[in-house]
Amino acid sequence: MTSVIVSSPYLAPGNKLKRLMLRVIVALLPGTVAYAWLFGPGVIINIILAIIFALAFEGAILRLRAKPVMPHLTDFSAVVAAWLFALCLPMHVPWWLVGVGMGFAMIAGKHLYGGLGFNPFNPAMVGYVVLLISFPREMTAWYLPASVSGATLGVADALAYSFGSADISQWDALSAATPLDQVKTELGQNIPIDEIRQSPLFGAYGGAGWEWVALCWFVGGIYLLATRTIRWHIPVSVLAGVLTLSLIFYLLDPQNHASPLFHLMSGAVVIGAFFIATDPVSAATTDKGRIYYGLLIGMLIYVIRVWGGYPDGVAFAVLLANMCVPLIDYYTQPRVYGEQ
Amino acid sequence: MAKLHHFHGGLVLDGHKAESLTRGLRQASLPQKLILPLRQHIGDYNKPLVGVGQRVLKGETIAACSSLICAAVHASTSGIVSEISQFPVAHPSGQADTCVVIDVDGEDEAASADIVDPGTLAPDEMIQRICRAGIVGLGGAAFPTPPKLSRGKSHGVDTLIINGVECEPYITCDDMLMRNYAAEVIRGCGYLQKILTPRKTLIAIEDNKPEAISAMSQALAAHPLAAAEIIPVPTIYPAGGEKQLIQILTGKEVPHGNLAFDIGLLCQNVGTCAAITRALETGEPLISRIVTCSGDNVVEPGNWEIRLGTPISHLLELAGGYRHGDDAYLVMGGPMMGFALSGDNLPIVKSSNCILVMREETIPHSPGYHDECIRCGKCTEVCPARLLPQQLYWHARARAYERTQEYHLFECIECGCCSAVCPSQIPLVQYYRAAKSEIRAAQKAQFKADRARARFEFREHRLLVKKQRDEERRRLKREALQKKPAQAVDATTFADPVQAALERVRERKKAAQEETR
Repeated sequence: MTSVIVSSPYLAPGNKLKRLMLRVIVALLPGTVAYAWLFGPGVIINIILAIIFALAFEGAILRLRAKPVMPHLTDFSAVVAAWLFALCLPMHVPWWLVGVGMGFAMIAGKHLYGGLGFNPFNPAMVGYVVLLISFPREMTAWYLPASVSGATLGVADALAYSFGSADISQWDALSAATPLDQVKTELGQNIPIDEIRQSPLFGAYGGAGWEWVALCWFVGGIYLLATRTIRWHIPVSVLAGVLTLSLIFYLLDPQNHASPLFHLMSGAVVIGAFFIATDPVSAATTDKGRIYYGLLIGMLIYVIRVWGGYPDGVAFAVLLANMCVPLIDYYTQPRVYGEQ
Repeated sequence: MAKLHHFHGGLVLDGHKAESLTRGLRQASLPQKLILPLRQHIGDYNKPLVGVGQRVLKGETIAACSSLICAAVHASTSGIVSEISQFPVAHPSGQADTCVVIDVDGEDEAASADIVDPGTLAPDEMIQRICRAGIVGLGGAAFPTPPKLSRGKSHGVDTLIINGVECEPYITCDDMLMRNYAAEVIRGCGYLQKILTPRKTLIAIEDNKPEAISAMSQALAAHPLAAAEIIPVPTIYPAGGEKQLIQILTGKEVPHGNLAFDIGLLCQNVGTCAAITRALETGEPLISRIVTCSGDNVVEPGNWEIRLGTPISHLLELAGGYRHGDDAYLVMGGPMMGFALSGDNLPIVKSSNCILVMREETIPHSPGYHDECIRCGKCTEVCPARLLPQQLYWHARARAYERTQEYHLFECIECGCCSAVCPSQIPLVQYYRAAKSEIRAAQKAQFKADRARARFEFREHRLLVKKQRDEERRRLKREALQKKPAQAVDATTFADPVQAALERVRERKKAAQEETR
């Protein structure tokens, strides 16, 4: 006979935090592979560096906070945050930039608020936005897909780039503005969309190469939905927010506004909808609240892209919506059983 | 057939029903000793009616009280009362309670029962007989049946719901009961119909019990009841919860602060129906019930019809003992809502539907460490009360009890769905139970403080009034005394009557002396 009294239920647990996080990583694989295939192995180096930094920072701060280290490091939440953060970076950035971003994400974005579960903002986006604001030159050096430039940096070159042992000006010919950036700049110069779209930067719907990566994020997102790792409310409403606003302006003035499909297939909308906005800790939790939260993100993405100072707005949109979460949750409580 | 509705959330669980259904219903042997707690129901305390050393017969009332919400306790077999004292009983708190211990003599001699044809009884007489039989709701809550029936009768019942759902994993006692005593259950429904005169009667059975459904259908065909219907309901936990079953069958929700009969409904468990039949037809009070003994650490899981008061250790012996040594974890009730027992010396009581014997390693222990809530909302998806469990958890953890009440803490039915799906394995229900008891304790303390303040203020007031009255009396006395000296002056003018009398006597004596001279 044992005398340990535990409260019911007495069932072996079905869900595990670790399993949820692993599913997210699995869902990220097709997009990550496509990204590396089309844009070169730099992204893989960034992911590995980010994971190493994330685990190191998290381990250190857990020690400082006198919290159990191994259970937290092996819940894979830091790995997922690092992976998403690395996917937001340009393909080639110096190693210390990854370290600065990850340090800010883990320390200020996550543990100063109390660690996993207590952070009001998405840590990966906190790290990314800090870099975007603080290091604009490094953070806007994007490279072309192989289909456009004919070549991407190999593993050795990418490593040399990362660790600063190479003269990076030799690869200037391979770098270019992102399609979203191009659209924003040229629309500002009153060039009509049809003409802008003539550039080889653009593919059938979105940016060349980018649209394939977006499709792969979509596949990963469907996997997350099918395994019930996430629910439909946030991704569907983010996409609906982007599509609705872009459709309205596209129908009003198609020469000065990119099509809804272009907005969907460029930049970080799909990965944002399925992987970033769905971070449960910083998202709304009620069903209705999640729809408002997603719509807010979707619309903010469009607003920032079209009228804001940055070509893409997923990170800012997510952080702004994070701020509204307590309010959204409070006012969208479901009707309780028996409540009139 | 009526259209079925859905309740929010719920879980499809691994039933584990087959283990205890392979061997059929068995009659448990008499133990050497019965331990009968005086209170085996929700409600007021009973007083013992027997003394130590007294011989009691099977079915004899050994404890009762005059309160309305109460159920008498009867001797489950014949024997000698050897002790009336505190024993550990099956209760989540693990506390001890007063029990009557009977040394069983093995003769199983029954007290004489007064048997009448139940058909001749008026509804109120039936309720009285059910009351004398000590019948409580056998679904698990053990609320005394007579007050429920009386209130249902006075409110008027539109639909009588008979609950044979039994949605918790492992438990099969109601399934066994319906397979073996379907006719008794149906006749019990008939008596309930006579008492409550409902417009219709719905007998709900989960669709994972086809044998029970067919046995009950045959019994209903053999003993037709007016407007009664057997309704298979989908197997989804917690379909057997009263509120959830009402929602499935009628689509209605019991409004906050109301009870089922406020919306014209009354639920009874199938076991209660069978006990009512037995009490009315044979005069036998509630002295036994069917108990499931199952789990992965018992040799021979099964169902036994067992006398109340039998120690759990006796049931475990019948079930072949522990399969994997005695690192066993004993739970009364099912795995979702049951509670851990402190030992196997506790008795089976009226509410004991199942004794679950688990291996220690299959129980998720709360090791003090659990992952943090990541607000994933899985708990919200499964909550049948449509609460926001993770918000409740935040506020309960922060001891922000007012906030927990704003989030309807007391609507939580403690079904355990949220804890079962939590990826961080947070014992959510434990937090809610703790918060509820803290709030109740605070309310109780507040009530006591209010009463104490009222008493204190009344005492102060009483003392003040007394003081004023005393002062008034003293003042009057003082005034009276001040007047007295003036009267005293007048008084000196009067002769002292005693002195005067003595004077007269002296004069008379003097006169007499002079005469004799």
